[in-house]
Amino acid sequence: MRRFTLIAVPYLWLLALFLVPFLIVLKISLSDYALSIPPYAPTLDFSAGWQGIKDLMSKLDFENYVFLTEDALYWKAYLSSLKIALISTVLTLLVGYPIAYGMARAAPEWRPTLLMLVILPFWTSFLIRVYAWMGILASEGVLYQFLSFLGIVDEPLKILSTNTAVYIGIVYTYLPFMILPIYAALEKMDDSLIEAAEDLGCSRMSAFWLITIPLSKSGIIAGCFLVFIPTIGEFVIPSLLGGSDTLMIGKVLWEEFFSNRDWPVASAVAIILLLILVIPIVLFQRNQQLQREAEG
Amino acid sequence: MRRFSWFNATSLTLGFAFLYLPMVILVIYSFNASKLVTVWAGFSTKWYGELLQNEDFLDAAWVTIRVAFFSSVLATVLGTMAATVLVRAGRFMGRGLFSGMIYAPLVMPEVITGLSLLLLFIGIGLDRGVFTIVLAHTTFAMCYVSVVVSSRLVSFDKSLEEAALDLGCTPFQAFRLVTLPIIAPAVISGWLLAFTLSLDDLVIASFTTGPSATTLPIKIFSAVRLGVSPEINALSTIMISVVTVGVITASILSKRSAVAQQRDEQAATQATG
Repeated sequence: MRRFTLIAVPYLWLLALFLVPFLIVLKISLSDYALSIPPYAPTLDFSAGWQGIKDLMSKLDFENYVFLTEDALYWKAYLSSLKIALISTVLTLLVGYPIAYGMARAAPEWRPTLLMLVILPFWTSFLIRVYAWMGILASEGVLYQFLSFLGIVDEPLKILSTNTAVYIGIVYTYLPFMILPIYAALEKMDDSLIEAAEDLGCSRMSAFWLITIPLSKSGIIAGCFLVFIPTIGEFVIPSLLGGSDTLMIGKVLWEEFFSNRDWPVASAVAIILLLILVIPIVLFQRNQQLQREAEG
Repeated sequence: MRRFSWFNATSLTLGFAFLYLPMVILVIYSFNASKLVTVWAGFSTKWYGELLQNEDFLDAAWVTIRVAFFSSVLATVLGTMAATVLVRAGRFMGRGLFSGMIYAPLVMPEVITGLSLLLLFIGIGLDRGVFTIVLAHTTFAMCYVSVVVSSRLVSFDKSLEEAALDLGCTPFQAFRLVTLPIIAPAVISGWLLAFTLSLDDLVIASFTTGPSATTLPIKIFSAVRLGVSPEINALSTIMISVVTVGVITASILSKRSAVAQQRDEQAATQATG
């Protein structure tokens, strides 16, 4: 009986507040836009019982999905989200790897402190960390002041409200997600392998490429997925740091819902976004599982 | 032998400068007397004074803290239950769906979670406000809590619990007297995570709130959309300080308890050995 309660309480909570809402989105994405409250048709008529459900099913169609494929805005937004996510994942890897590598090489008594310094920003508000860059990248902001003081630039900067600012924002906020798994992989590495390679005539550089990089592959893969997956649906960074031409699907969905009030299209945008996300998520899960099996 | 090269030192210095300089600059400019970010007009604490007189921000802060408190407590209870089910309950009908529903919200884009919950609340005619944000935050935070707690449950020795049962404990007593003290650190860090996730959340709160409840992130977002403001810098500085002090205190406390536990375990092995 106790076991039943233990299972039932979280189960019912998740059914009611995760699965049912998701099914509602799915249903509305198949409905039509209507000038009414709620602004879609048809609505489910429970009083009509089974017949009501049948009526509802017959009126649902894929019109919104057809609309999404016809309007260039949407598929451009999907492609551009994927592109931004991909480029910023690569940039985050390039910035994060040397940091993780330096941490793994630091003296053991320093490592807990370094680790905490990487985790600390993660506890600080995401919104504030993105906002901090607005003052730095603004046309006459802190970065401009600094560069013009050095005599490098003499015109106000054009970084804020461009995709460059979005890349900087993503690399900055997601950096800990890249550093931590790579550090975890590098820390476990046996240093004698490098020594053996060098004894056998490897240069330091080739020992790094032939031994260190392959041994940290699991960390690199995990880090890349941890950055890539949440970036695709990102909303805060493109809306604060990006410009009007920064197209990302999270922003499109938000505007479709709050500005255009077109719920059926917003729901269809959400469903397609999920379908796109399923591929990297499944690949990530499989990678993690292989990793666990390899570690036994 | 580990060699810490110049390259390592440089990448660590630059890396940590990149992570921390933006926040340091934000803090410095919160003490700027001028309203513009471009001009340094001398040291002043006037933005803090204005912030404390701004009732909108104080109201929003109070709403945020209430939401974070209730949702994190609920999420900790539900998340710990869910973790126990995942690790200990064995087979039951719909287990696959259950673990799917635990892991899916972790990778679900916030815009979708927010949209779907809003559509649910509208569908059942629930008035939106503090209550609906609490429901929404509890739902995604409980999944994080259950991941944190289940990783601890997996690693702990089941025979301790079985011993308690053999000695006449009821399952609930065994959980309360044996399991809970052992998994307590994970439960506390799960709760802390749930609390910060709720404090931090802009997207889900924006979807699920109504006109009656504005949280601090919603307030900050609508203020900074128009550009940099020194009042927000002051507010950010306060939030950064609170988090820094909190995290450092928590890590010192957990280090101490880890040392104490190690000492106890050593003493126990010596006594029995």
